[in-house]
Amino acid sequence: MKNKRLIIKDIEKCVGCGICMYACSKRKGEAGIDSSGILAVSLSGFERGATVIFCRACLDAPCAQVCPTGAMRVREGGGVIYNENDCIGCGNCIDACTIHAIFRRRDGKPAVCIHCGYCAKYCPHGVLAYEEVEPEEFRKVIV
Amino acid sequence: MLTKILYIDTSKYKYWVEDRKDLFEEWLGGTGVAVQLMKENMDPKIDAFDEESTIVFAVGPLNSAYPLASKTVAMFKSPLTGNLGESHAGGRTSTSIANAGYGAIVIKGKSKKPIYIVIDNDKVYFRDARVIWGIEDSLIVARIIAENERGRGIRSIMRIGGAGEKLVRYACVTTETYRHFGRLGLGAVLGSKNIKAIVVIGRGCRKIKDRKSYKEIYDEIFKLATKSDAMKKYHLLGTAVNVKPLNEKKGLPVMNLKSTSFEYAENLSGESLAEIIGRRIACAHCPVACIHIAVLRLPYENEPYFYKTLMLSYDYEPIYSLGTMLGMKTREDFLKVLYKVEAYALDAMTTGVCLAWATEATEKGLISEKETIVKLEFGNSDAYAEAVKYIVHQPNEFYRILAQGVEKASEVYGGKEFALAFGGNEMPGYHTGYAAHIGYLIGLRHSHLDNAGYSVDQKIDSYPKPEELVQKLMKEEQWRQILSSLVVCFFARGIYKPEIVCKALKPIGIEIEENELNKLGEKIYFEKLRLKKAMGFDAKKLRIPERIFETETPHGKLEKEYINQALEYFAKVVENC
Repeated sequence: MKNKRLIIKDIEKCVGCGICMYACSKRKGEAGIDSSGILAVSLSGFERGATVIFCRACLDAPCAQVCPTGAMRVREGGGVIYNENDCIGCGNCIDACTIHAIFRRRDGKPAVCIHCGYCAKYCPHGVLAYEEVEPEEFRKVIV
Repeated sequence: MLTKILYIDTSKYKYWVEDRKDLFEEWLGGTGVAVQLMKENMDPKIDAFDEESTIVFAVGPLNSAYPLASKTVAMFKSPLTGNLGESHAGGRTSTSIANAGYGAIVIKGKSKKPIYIVIDNDKVYFRDARVIWGIEDSLIVARIIAENERGRGIRSIMRIGGAGEKLVRYACVTTETYRHFGRLGLGAVLGSKNIKAIVVIGRGCRKIKDRKSYKEIYDEIFKLATKSDAMKKYHLLGTAVNVKPLNEKKGLPVMNLKSTSFEYAENLSGESLAEIIGRRIACAHCPVACIHIAVLRLPYENEPYFYKTLMLSYDYEPIYSLGTMLGMKTREDFLKVLYKVEAYALDAMTTGVCLAWATEATEKGLISEKETIVKLEFGNSDAYAEAVKYIVHQPNEFYRILAQGVEKASEVYGGKEFALAFGGNEMPGYHTGYAAHIGYLIGLRHSHLDNAGYSVDQKIDSYPKPEELVQKLMKEEQWRQILSSLVVCFFARGIYKPEIVCKALKPIGIEIEENELNKLGEKIYFEKLRLKKAMGFDAKKLRIPERIFETETPHGKLEKEYINQALEYFAKVVENC
C-alpha cells in the first residue's frame, strides 16, 4: 500500500544549506533547530559535499522496539509515531538508530522525523520531496 | 531575544555567562553590541598581541531565525592596521552561536600552551592542542578536530593555519572550509593567544509567540530569496561575474594597478571558472548557495595517470588579488596560488596586493632575489606559490617585513607610491572611480563593503561635490551597521530593506520603526568611529597611494584635489564626533 513519505529525490544535489532543519523547527513555533528531525551535514568537510540525515521510515523500527514507555511506536506503512508526553528522555531510541537519524533536543528528549513533508516545500534544490510511495520503494535511496 | 554573553578567559581557563539584555535592547546585536563589548573589555591603546587584547564574536536577532541571516561579526584590534579590526564570516558560525543560546562570545587572555576551545551549548572545554600546533594546512586541522568532537551538522569549526601561528598580520580564520573571517588579521590574534581553533556546537531555539506572523514574514523573505531576482547574481555566476564588465570598463586592477584592462581577463572570468565548478555549497540557513567551488586537477609530479583533485572556492576578490593583480594568464595558475593561500589561511586580498607590490618593487630594482629568494614576475604562479610559503615561514628579514603588510614593507624598502593600502589595509578589487577610493579611505574597516563606493561609481555619470559624496558613502555605511547588527549577509541587502527588517523583528519580540532603525544605524556608526579614534585613528594621516592617479578608471584619470577635499571634510566629521 502506498503512503505519503518524505523522500530523497537526488541526494547529490544537496548544498548543505539546512533550510529543511529550520523549516522543521519553524513548524513547531521555534526559531532554530531544537526540535528538528532532520540534519544537514558535510561529508567530512564541505569539499566532499553535503547530505541530509532523517528517519528512513523503517517497517520494523529498532527505535520503537527499545522504547520503554511506548512513547515511540511503529507507524503503519513505516516510520514512527512519537508521543512526547510519554517520553522519559532515556535516549534508547537515539542509540538504536543505525544511521543516527534521531536527535537529542536541548531538554534531552528525542527529535524525530514524522514524515509530514513540511521541509520538502522549502528545499531549494530538489533534494527532498513528499510523495506517495510503496514502503520498500523509497527506502532504496537511489530513485 | 539572544541576550546572553559567553566570556572565556584563556589565561585562567575559566568561563562565565552574563545576561546583558540592556546591551542587546539598545544596540540590537552584531556590530552594535560588539563595539560596546570592545569598549567594556579592552584598553583601546594596547597592542593587538597583548594578553589583554580581546576578541568579540557577535550575532544578532535575525540569526537562525530567518534565511540569509548567516553572518557572524568578529571584532578585535587589528595587528595589520593597529586599529579597529572587524570581519564578517558565514558558514555555520552564526547559527551555531545563536542555537547555543548566545548573542556574543568574548575571548580574553592568552593560553600558556596551545589549545582549542570547544563551546558545547552551555559548556566550554579547553582542549590540549599541542599535538596539532604546527599543522599548517587549515583543512587538515579541521578534519582532525571534526573527528575528535561531537556535533556534526550543528557545529562550526573556526581555525587558523600556519599563517596565524606565525603571526602573519593578515592571517585569516577559516570556518567550514570555505568561509573566512578574512580581513585585518584575526588569525594572528588567535595565534598570539595560542588558540588553534574555536568549535561552537549549538542545538537550541527561541520560542516564537506569534507563529502566524513569523511564518508569513519568513515565507516572504524565502520567496524573495528564491523566486525574485534579488539574489540572482550570487545564485548564478556569483561575484566572479564582475571580472568581464570591470575589465571592459577599465576598472579592473591589473599587475599592481599598472593597468585596468587585461588581455587574459577572459580566462579568469566567472564564465571561465564556471566551466570547472565541482559543486556548490551554502552557508547555514541560506538557499542561495553562493559558494562556488572549482576543481583543480593536478597530476603527480613523477607518476603518470595519478592526479590530486583540489576543491577551491573562489569569488571576485581572490580572482582580483591573486589573479589579475599578479598577472595570471590561466585559471589554473590562479587556483594554484589560491590553494596555498587557503591552506595557510591567509587573507587572499592582502596577500595578493603584497605580492603585486613586491613584484613591481623587483622590476624597479628596489629589491632583488636576495630578498625575495624566488624571482617574482607577473604571471609566474610557481614563484608566487613559493613566496606565499615564505610569507608564512619568514626565512629572512624581507619576508618578516612583508608578513606585516604592504604599508610596512614600503616604509622599509620604498615604493610607497605603488603600495596599495588604504588606512593600512590592502586594496580591494575596484579601481572604478572616486567613490571606491574615498570609500576605502573613510570606511571604518577600510573595506569596499563598508560603503560600496565601487557600486556608486558604476551607477553615476558625474560626481557631486566631494563633501556630498562623503555624505552619501557615510549614509550607506550607517545603514550597513544595521545589517551587520542583525546580522544578515550583505549580499542580501536587496531583500533586507528597512520595511522588511522591521517586519522580521516583530515576531521575535523587537518593535522598532523604520526611522528609529535608521537613527540607530547612525548611532552605531559614530560609536564605532569614536572607538576607532580611541584606538588612534587620525583621518588627517590617511595616505593616498599615487598609483591610483596614474591609472585610467572608467571615469578617466582621477584628480588628487577631489580626494583631498573629501578627506578634509571627513577629517572634520571625525574631529567633531
